[in-house]
Amino acid sequence: MSDYIFTRMGDGERIQMSPSEIRDEMQKGMERASELARIPGLSSDEIELLLEIVTEPGRVVSVPHGHELIVTDDGMAECFTGSEADGCSGISMGRHAAVLAYERALAADTSSIGHSDYSFKPVKAVLEVELQTYHQLSQLTTAPLFYGSQPNMGQYFQPDGPFPNPVDLMPSGKIKAAQAAQEAAAAQLCEDMVFIGRELNAMGCEGFNFDTAGSTGDAEFYATLKAARQLKEYDPNMAIIIGMASEFVLGMHGEIAFEGHQLAGLFPHDQVKLAESVGADIFGPAINVDTSKSFPWNLAKALTMVKETVARAGIPVHPNVGMGVCGIPMLLQVPIDCVSRAAKALALIGKADGL
Amino acid sequence: MGDPFGMPVTHIVAAGMGGIRTAGDLVAWMQMTRRMKLADAKAYVADKLSVDVMDLVDEDVMCPLRKELGIGTVTPEAGGPEGILAKSRVADLLGIEINSVKRIRSQFAT
Repeated sequence: MSDYIFTRMGDGERIQMSPSEIRDEMQKGMERASELARIPGLSSDEIELLLEIVTEPGRVVSVPHGHELIVTDDGMAECFTGSEADGCSGISMGRHAAVLAYERALAADTSSIGHSDYSFKPVKAVLEVELQTYHQLSQLTTAPLFYGSQPNMGQYFQPDGPFPNPVDLMPSGKIKAAQAAQEAAAAQLCEDMVFIGRELNAMGCEGFNFDTAGSTGDAEFYATLKAARQLKEYDPNMAIIIGMASEFVLGMHGEIAFEGHQLAGLFPHDQVKLAESVGADIFGPAINVDTSKSFPWNLAKALTMVKETVARAGIPVHPNVGMGVCGIPMLLQVPIDCVSRAAKALALIGKADGL
Repeated sequence: MGDPFGMPVTHIVAAGMGGIRTAGDLVAWMQMTRRMKLADAKAYVADKLSVDVMDLVDEDVMCPLRKELGIGTVTPEAGGPEGILAKSRVADLLGIEINSVKRIRSQFAT
C-alpha cells in the first residue's frame, strides 16, 4: 500500500492521506453515526475492509463476482435531456429515446420517468401528458419502469400554494398555526399523491417512487406514509419505493405522529420499519454528507447507518447514492473514484440490496 | 442527482447486475413484486432459469438464454421480442403479476 492515498473531501476536493489517517477518519465517521442514531458501529474487520476499498489503487473499483446488486434511480434517464441544475446533459432528445437508451445502452436494471420539476403538485396539472408518456414507454421497455416524483410539500405553502407558510408563522411564535398549516398541506399532498398514483396505476404503472420524502419535514413524511398505504391497499401489485430526503426526519411540525410513532428525529433504521408497515416494497435511506469532512469519514458514517437499516429491514434497501448523500461528495460532476468505492462498500459492508 | 456518467453509469459498472444485458431486470422484478431481499431474489430467479446464481450476471450464459426464452436483450434483432411482449413472457417465467402486462392482456381479452 502506498504511503499516501488520493482521496477527497466531502466537497470533492482531492486530498492525500496516509492509510492510518484514513483509518482514523473512518473510525470517527463511524462513531459520529453511532452517536447520532444510537446504533452499533462497524466491526474492526469491516473497518479494515473499508480501508482496503478506499485505498485500492485503481481509479474505479468494483464488487467481486456474485456481489452485484440492483440499481434503481430517480429519473436518471431524463437527465440526458435536462440542464445543469439537476446534473443533466442538455442533449436534445425525447423522453422515449432517453429511457430506452438508459435501459439498453447503459444496461440499467430498472428505469424511470418523472415530470421535469420532479414534484407531485405540478404533475397533477399535466397528468394526462404523464399518463400518455408512461403508458407508451411501458409498452416499449423490457426492464421495470417506475414513475418517480418528490412529495415536496413546500410547494403547497404561500406564495407557491394555498396554505400559510409555517416558516413565516414560526418566527412570530405562531406554533399552533404553523402546525395546522402543515397538517392541512399534508392532507392535500396526500390526496394529490393518491390521485396521481391511482391514475398511473390504471395506466399500468409498474412501480411508483416517492423520492426525497420528508424534505419539508415530518408532516411531509406523514403524508407520504399515508399515501403509500392507501395506494397499496388500492392495488398491492404496484410496487412502491419510499426514498428519503435526509438521514433523520426534520421536526418542522415537531409533534406529528404516524400510528403512535412520532416522526420527527427518526433515523433510517426506524424510518424503514414505518415504510415497511405501510406496504413499501423498497426503502431508500439518504445519509447526509458533511462537506467539511473527508470522503472516508462520510462513507464510514453512511455505512454504519445503512448496515443497521438493512439489518432491521424486512424489505429490500436501496441507499440513495447520488451527489451529497451516502458518502458521495457534494459535486455536480461526481468523482467516479468516490462513487465506485461507495457502491462497492455499500454492497460488501452495508449489505444493501440495491442502490 | 449527479451527471449521468458519474452517477448511474459508474454505479452500474461498479456494482449493478446489468439489466436486460444479463438478469438484472428479473431480480429487480422479484424485489418489486415480492419484496425479496437481494439474495432471495437472485436465488428465485436462478431457480426459474435453471442456472447458477453466478450465471445471472454472466453475459456468456444470459445473452443466449434470454434469446432462447424471448425475454429481450440489449441487442435486439429486428422484429425480435422486446418491450411489452418480452415483459409478458417475464411475468409468466417468474410467476408474477406485472401491472402493464395485466392491463394489455385485459385489453386483448375484450
